[in-house]
Amino acid sequence: MSNWIKVCQLDEIPPAQARTVKAGDVMIAVFRLTGDRVKAVENRCPHKHGPLAEGIISGDDILCPLHNWRIHLEDGQVAAPDKGCVKTYPTKIENGVVFLDF
Amino acid sequence: MNDKKKLVMIGNGMAGVRAIEEILKANPDMFDITIFGAERYPNYNRIMLSPVLAGDTTVEDIILNEEQWYTDNHITLHLGKRIKEIQRGYKQVIAEDGTKAKYDNLIIATGSNPFIIPIPGHDKEGVMAFRDIDDCDAMVEAAKKYKKAAVIGGGLLGLEAAKGLLNLGMEATVIHDQATLMNMQLDSIAGDMLRADLEKQGMLFKTSTLTTEVLGEKRVTGLKFKDGSNLDCDLLIMAVGIRPNMALAKDCGLFCNRGIVVNDYMQTVTDSSIYTVGECAEHRGIAYGLVAPLFEQAKVLAHMITGQGLKAYEGSVVSTKLKISGVDVFSAGDFMGTPGVDMIELMDKVGGVYKKIILEDDKIKGLVMFGDTADGPTFFQWMQDGKDVSEQRSTMLFSASGLGDSGHSGIDLAAEMADDTVVCGCNGVTKKDVVDSIVKGGLTTRKEITACTKAAGSCGGCAGLVDQLLASTLGTAFVESEHDPICACTDLNHEQVKEQIKTKKLTLVREIMSVLGWKGEGCQVCRPAINYYIGMMWPEDSQDDRSSRIANEKMHANIQKDGTFSVIPRIYGGETTPDELMKIATVAKKYNVPTVKITGGQRIDLLGVKKEDLAPMWKDLGMNCGYAYGKALRTVKTCVGSNWCRFGTQDSTSLGIHLEKELDRIWFPAKVKLAVSGCPRNCAEATIKDVGIVGVEGGWEISTGGNGGVHVVATELLCIVHTTQEVEEITKAYLQHYRETGRHNERSAPWQKRVGLESIKAIVVDDLNNRKALVARLHLYVAQQDTDPWAERVADAEKGYQQFSEYKQIVIPIEVELS
Ligand code: SRM
Ligand SMILES: Cc1cc2nc3c(=O)[nH]c(=O)nc-3n(C[C@H](O)[C@H](O)[C@H](O)COP(=O)(O)OP(=O)(O)OC[C@H]3O[C@@H](n4cnc5c(N)ncnc54)[C@H](O)[C@@H]3O)c2cc1C
Ligand code: SF4
Ligand code: FES
Repeated sequence: MSNWIKVCQLDEIPPAQARTVKAGDVMIAVFRLTGDRVKAVENRCPHKHGPLAEGIISGDDILCPLHNWRIHLEDGQVAAPDKGCVKTYPTKIENGVVFLDF
Repeated sequence: MNDKKKLVMIGNGMAGVRAIEEILKANPDMFDITIFGAERYPNYNRIMLSPVLAGDTTVEDIILNEEQWYTDNHITLHLGKRIKEIQRGYKQVIAEDGTKAKYDNLIIATGSNPFIIPIPGHDKEGVMAFRDIDDCDAMVEAAKKYKKAAVIGGGLLGLEAAKGLLNLGMEATVIHDQATLMNMQLDSIAGDMLRADLEKQGMLFKTSTLTTEVLGEKRVTGLKFKDGSNLDCDLLIMAVGIRPNMALAKDCGLFCNRGIVVNDYMQTVTDSSIYTVGECAEHRGIAYGLVAPLFEQAKVLAHMITGQGLKAYEGSVVSTKLKISGVDVFSAGDFMGTPGVDMIELMDKVGGVYKKIILEDDKIKGLVMFGDTADGPTFFQWMQDGKDVSEQRSTMLFSASGLGDSGHSGIDLAAEMADDTVVCGCNGVTKKDVVDSIVKGGLTTRKEITACTKAAGSCGGCAGLVDQLLASTLGTAFVESEHDPICACTDLNHEQVKEQIKTKKLTLVREIMSVLGWKGEGCQVCRPAINYYIGMMWPEDSQDDRSSRIANEKMHANIQKDGTFSVIPRIYGGETTPDELMKIATVAKKYNVPTVKITGGQRIDLLGVKKEDLAPMWKDLGMNCGYAYGKALRTVKTCVGSNWCRFGTQDSTSLGIHLEKELDRIWFPAKVKLAVSGCPRNCAEATIKDVGIVGVEGGWEISTGGNGGVHVVATELLCIVHTTQEVEEITKAYLQHYRETGRHNERSAPWQKRVGLESIKAIVVDDLNNRKALVARLHLYVAQQDTDPWAERVADAEKGYQQFSEYKQIVIPIEVELS
């Protein structure tokens, strides 16, 4: 069952950057990718808990700001040779508003 | 019920558990695994018992696999349970307490037992071996009560034990039956040098002596020797060798000779369902006593048992290193050589260095090194590769990596080692494995590298080499060679990209990537580089691309390991005032800054600041941004100079403050640090800075291209001038030239080395017109940088975070379940 929750206006996320969303105890990083696509993952690198929202976006990947692990935002998988994955959250944009599904 | 095969292992030691790790790697789901270990501890790094004894590390630190690891891998672990019988007919093993386990495959990995010489009195209290944690504990306890220790056996283990006991405050005498210490690994010259070094550390020796009796009533009180002499002691360690632990195997009818005999696939020759690995195994007549070959065996075993086909173990050549701090010994292969053999030697008695290489047909057959062992692993690799060294033979003993890098040969060695050179002999880890883990894995500490590759995880002998690789890789991570592309996103190198930006007048990062045919959308290497080049070349027509800045530069603060930030305001020239200090203190208090630290750069670091507090703090501080996070001017270190100092010939403080103000807010290819000293005593350490300025009578010496970081480089003298105006002009011209021709992430030291000091001199010192032109271009750039980045962020914040809304968290008041 979907549980879409409004997060912010798309414009409130600068292009090719991210915002952090605090939902309960969980910190989520919401990224605005090329073509105004939005992806959301838990803001916590599987390596040493780096805040992913501060990293550099490379295509559909985020490079963790602490030690440059590369994480695919679509499925949360860490790129080889490292291993791990981060929780992802479905997103949608309707009328310029970003929604997350919990 | 599941249909997994049952795998039982006897012995929870280094070789066995490595085999299990290899099996899990090859096929994690194939077996139900049960391990019996006689010791109370999970698998630990036995090798490191010597450093534990010597007080250099602790038992907790040498555990290799925590109990959690066994749980995570669904391994049933029986600690403290010794197997007393293998029933091959029932395919089961029985422990002393009656626990039974059935197997489809059995691995015997029982290691070896220390050999106790059966002389009269050997069973007295206070006589022991050095093999496990319990022995180690017992020695530490004994050292609290007793004072005089004797160690029988002048080999690797005996010497390490004696060193440990010395460190524990005991008097330690090593008794050796041969004249040469470590005679299995060293020739008499190296053995004597070793002895002299250890004597300096306080170790006592009695060599060429056989011990005939252990004296004492209940507890040992002394030893008696064949020559009739005696020695008092109240603790005796026997370190005379080991015997493969094969009793269980013998009792169940497996063929044993020196050890449990195995074929090339580590199966016992008697029963193919039973494998043996480690010191208890005898392969082609040899039972090994060092971990490197045992780990190779473990790999082969895993390959075979998981049915991946035939991969044979063909025996190993071993190398040895002694783990006593301050004493460097390396030995491998046939180090003695037959009479008349071809060999090269280097002997430096005063410097305490001795190297000998035995050659045959220009190939290395064996080597001994003492004092300087940095090249040991390289030579060992050459030996294993059968490399023809006729070209190197005249120079190789000075240093495999070439001459003339006094004090830093190690760093160059690491950098120049071939990719496939084995760095960690114990675990067969190559340079490439280590470098990949740093570059691709982003690892930054030896500990992480060990966890990821296992390098330096066993004897630790290569820890220094791993550190050097780390240093040389991190220090130059993105400093490409002449023609390498910037990164995997493009085929173009730095110069080609710069050229394109200039001729096509490209001013947007994304535009450049599409015009120049980038693969993908760029990464953390190329995008910041392009962003820098654009800003440097088109200061008036380009805008900084914040999405192409790494976290630190984007946030104008250093990101910390816990995701908080640090704030370092400018304190020009390191000179401050009571008011400024009070302001910093007030802000630190207001925002509960957990740590306030004086940095190595003469200013104050407020560490552990929350992201959302950054802008408010900057506002309250009202000080300029210190750029401690960026590829920008960091600090201009100064000394008190002629204002106060009785030796000062020049006012270094004022000049430093002036330069720091002039060069503020400028982006460079890499960070830039200056220092100004008031006299040649050089208290500001100017000679390891990017630009170092030293006051002399009637003028200033300007020297450049220094670096005090990973690879220390002293500056080279650029010129001597008379006035501060000239210092300012030449410094600016030098730095602008560096800005224009340096590659992103290339510090001035490697840059200066690359383009050459003479060419720099010609451009920035000798050619006056060019100097002025460079300074003019720098001024044009500076004119565009009219606001302080912190002030800009504060203003944005006050306008409602328009542009930098990401400082503000969005809070959604719900609970989210984490799966
Ligand atoms: C704060 C400070 C240590 C301290 O507590 O004293 C420091 C802290 C860091 N240094 Fe440093 N360095 C500090 C003085 C130095 C010095 C000494 C100096 O400047 O006089 C050096 C050697 C001199 C030199 O650079 O030539 C130094 C050589 C390095 C290096 C190696 C650079 C090299 O070219 O070899 C790095 C790594 C890098 O830059 O890639 C580094 C990187 C770092 C980073 C930025 C690590 C990082 O990338 O996050 C550290 C940030 C800590 C933090 O989060 O706040 N730090 N670092 C010093 C800040 C001085 C300041 O006021 O700005
Ligand atoms: C102080 C010291 C320093 C060393 N330094 C180095 C060095 O610098 N470099 C190097 O390469 N090597 C070094 N070694 C040697 C290295 O530690 C061994 O080669 C290695 O540990 C052997 O591994 P293994 O698995 O064969 O045996 P072990 O690690 O000894 O493991 C065997 C395990 O089996 C257990 N066991 C035995 N019988 C039974 C049974 N019946 N039931 C249940 N469990 C049983 C034992 O208790 C033991 O825990 C050193 C050794 C020592 C003691
Ligand atoms: S402050 Fe510098 S030396 Fe200290 S840990 Fe960080 S990078 Fe290393
Ligand atoms: S914490 Fe993300 S790469 Fe280390």
